[in-house]
Amino acid sequence: MGKAELPLHAPGTKTDRGYIGQSTPRANAKRLLQGRGTFVDDLRLPRIAHAVFFRSPHAHARIGRLNFSGALKAPGVIGVFDGRAVAEYCKPWVAVLGHLKGIKSPPQHAVAIGRACWQGEAVAAVVAETRAQAEDAAELIEAEWHELPVVTDMQAALEGKVVIHPELGDNICFQRQFVTEGFDEAFAKADVVVEETYDFGRHTGVCTEGRAILADYNAAEHTLTVHHATQAPHMMQDIFSRHLGIPESNVRVICRDIGGSFGIKVHVYPDEMATAALSVMLRRPVKFVADRLESFLTDIHAREHRVTVRLACTRDGDIIAFDLDDLTALGPYSVYPRTSGIEGNQVVNLTGGPYRHKQYRAKMYAVFTNKNVTCQYRAVGHPIAVALTEGVVDLAARKLGMDPAEFRRRNLIADDAYPYTFPSGIKFEKLSHHQCLDKLLALMDYERLRAEQAALREKGIHRGLGLAAMIEVTNPSPAFYGVGGARISAQDGATLRLDPAGMVNVLCSVTEQGQGTEGIFAQIAASVVGVSVERVRVTTGDTGVTPYGGGTWASRGAGIGGEAVLQAGKILRSNILDVAAAMLNEDKAKLDIVNNEVVDKLTGAAKATLAEIGRVAYFRPDTLPMKFQSELTVTRHYTPREYGFTFTNGIQASWVEVDVETGFVKLLKHWCVEDCGTIINPMLVDEQIRGGVVQGIGAALFEECLYGEDGQLQNGNLADYLVPMAGEMPDILVGHVETPTLGSELGAKGAGEAGTAGAPGAVMNAINDALAPLGARVAAMPFTPERILKALGKA
Amino acid sequence: MILNGVPVSRRILARQHLIDFLRDEMGLTGSHLGCEHGVCGTCTVRLDGRIVRGCLTLAVQANGKRVDTIEGLSDSGELAVLQQAFHVRNALQCGFCTPGMLMAAQDLIDQKRKLSREEIRAHLSGNYCRCTGYQSIVDAIEDVLNGQG
Repeated sequence: MGKAELPLHAPGTKTDRGYIGQSTPRANAKRLLQGRGTFVDDLRLPRIAHAVFFRSPHAHARIGRLNFSGALKAPGVIGVFDGRAVAEYCKPWVAVLGHLKGIKSPPQHAVAIGRACWQGEAVAAVVAETRAQAEDAAELIEAEWHELPVVTDMQAALEGKVVIHPELGDNICFQRQFVTEGFDEAFAKADVVVEETYDFGRHTGVCTEGRAILADYNAAEHTLTVHHATQAPHMMQDIFSRHLGIPESNVRVICRDIGGSFGIKVHVYPDEMATAALSVMLRRPVKFVADRLESFLTDIHAREHRVTVRLACTRDGDIIAFDLDDLTALGPYSVYPRTSGIEGNQVVNLTGGPYRHKQYRAKMYAVFTNKNVTCQYRAVGHPIAVALTEGVVDLAARKLGMDPAEFRRRNLIADDAYPYTFPSGIKFEKLSHHQCLDKLLALMDYERLRAEQAALREKGIHRGLGLAAMIEVTNPSPAFYGVGGARISAQDGATLRLDPAGMVNVLCSVTEQGQGTEGIFAQIAASVVGVSVERVRVTTGDTGVTPYGGGTWASRGAGIGGEAVLQAGKILRSNILDVAAAMLNEDKAKLDIVNNEVVDKLTGAAKATLAEIGRVAYFRPDTLPMKFQSELTVTRHYTPREYGFTFTNGIQASWVEVDVETGFVKLLKHWCVEDCGTIINPMLVDEQIRGGVVQGIGAALFEECLYGEDGQLQNGNLADYLVPMAGEMPDILVGHVETPTLGSELGAKGAGEAGTAGAPGAVMNAINDALAPLGARVAAMPFTPERILKALGKA
Repeated sequence: MILNGVPVSRRILARQHLIDFLRDEMGLTGSHLGCEHGVCGTCTVRLDGRIVRGCLTLAVQANGKRVDTIEGLSDSGELAVLQQAFHVRNALQCGFCTPGMLMAAQDLIDQKRKLSREEIRAHLSGNYCRCTGYQSIVDAIEDVLNGQG
């Protein structure tokens, strides 16, 4: 094992894929299984101090006098700071992007100055010897508040009777309108038009590990080392540098183990910026870890949308057009540096995505409210776009009396239609909707389930089957952020080094949050170089060590980081063979590397171990020809360029039973067939998809951040905010179609978000399928028992 | 207390939770703090042989008792079979919930009886994992239970 011929998707050849495609257990799981990982909160440094934040209890209020005298006298307190004090060390930011035309947001400070705009916004920082002392002291802070009018309803925000930031003129952060030529005529000619309004509940990521940062400023060197639970260490390096006034190369961001992220940990958080500033102010290490209650109040929220969508089709069942009207509620600020405009923008880009209609109109408003900020969370915009598309597609099929699977088959973009440009302007390289649909229907035994459903219906058992086809953005090019002026890297790099003992050391700029990045990089490196996977060590998440890159987001780790590893591996292999050829005085073309050894390509006879190559190259280069210099450390980078995004596709199905007396939904089974291109490790992909599905099921059935009209979060704890637990979750069957992207030799497209993208729509359609004979329908997530009973006229 | 088999004596504040004692006083950072209100199960440790929430147990309640953490049970080898099954099945991603999950799972294994997947799921429903779909965890536990015959 450990030999790969490239490219992996070379047509018509029988390719040796080495470890690629194998369910190899990942090495870095071992330390986590023994509790010997290192999360930020596990680190202990000399003179460490602990920060906690005094937060606004009001959704919108002017901050009057802040009295710190009691807090300053409390045991162990090192300092108490208001927004102005922190601002001396940390410049404010404005989260806009050049290519999101018209997006606006006011300057935001690390700690609020003068006014708090959502419940939970930090208005003072307390630093003490221990976390408990800091928390005790924070309780002694006295604050005068002058409450201001609160905007929580997004329609009211849009109407703008109360404007949160008067200097901006209105509450509209970002808007986008789009229409294809000929839309009105096409819609007017439609035989059938269906329309429905969908509500999506605001929810959040609920990582098991709260946000965490340990900033360690060294005044002598004017350097800042930040141990940070972040997905994008280089992005944070740049931001700490610019906002704290420390040269970029003096800032080092280190991510050891990270307890889940899902997009939550890829943004700039004011309390984290303040923690870094406090370390500079106090010239000592300062740590902040968000507790669970703070997490609910301040981790980005997402997906609060109210969308009306119309679908026009012919009486034969051909979809002609989609018409979208989306309103989404942000917090009081656009989130830095990715902005809060992307989610709505994605809904506009992706609605109707799997289908072959030519006409599309969209209107989207993203408005400020006095609730917690919102930003990109796993599968950004996709769960909204997929659910509303698939909801209205089912509605159309029902109106036409067509089977929902057949209706989809009729309208999905044909597998031989690529490359294809979708009406919203996005381009698809190659998708496989029909292969996925066929595979899904076979996997789930669709016909049998339909028969079972009908038979049980007679007995008063209400089961439903829901389908949701999807497309998913992966591997973004610089067109996603870079063109808009954000210093967010679309490229990533990998360094591979042959160590003297014959092992391969990999350094990569893509980070690991548990998805298995390090594991698949080891598999790729082992396969390309020709070593066994146990002989590869992988390091990620350290700006002081790895090449420069974007990190982990938008399902880009395998597709971009993996390709960088592959390209570096190819050169390292070649360079090893150069050493071998020089050492053995043989023709390089006749040598190969297999199973940790240089061998004769034709006979397979062993020539030298890699340990021998390493020994000679590093310790006895005097035995090599005079002009020969070995290069056993290689760095390569990869940037996706040809397409704006590498799209993946897939389809999910949900099988549920609705108890019409209690409104409870029992999930019986879930299926997902996905095409993520080349699969590097099926075991990792499958469970990542399952985890994504479960997160999507959470959105469909349980999760919502409930705010009162006063802007108070009413369920901001794990007892009241429900997350999916093992007991309620079904077994999830995962199937694959592999259509590698030809943009890279690896061909991987990415798999991190597909599960979350499609599951809510599938569950919604399944519930509505179960309710249909009862004349009931639900369209507001999460589908709580109360909402289902209301739909049934029972509550 | 007897901590991972070794007698330990400390003066502590009455209000300190067991999980904070283990992490902050003893440096046993393998057990994590997830919600601090007893829902997520990330801080699950063993007290006199029974699994408890480290965030709902005061350290003084462990006075004179036996406390076992992920570090101790890893070194003693008690969790080795389960850990191996978790590794092979990739029944973890970020690994933050894993020590607590293993504690809960071993508690089930120790009951030494055949269990359905539903029963395994029910037993784990006090342990929150955001990364996996729980399926690989159930698979790993099922493997161990079946291996036991």
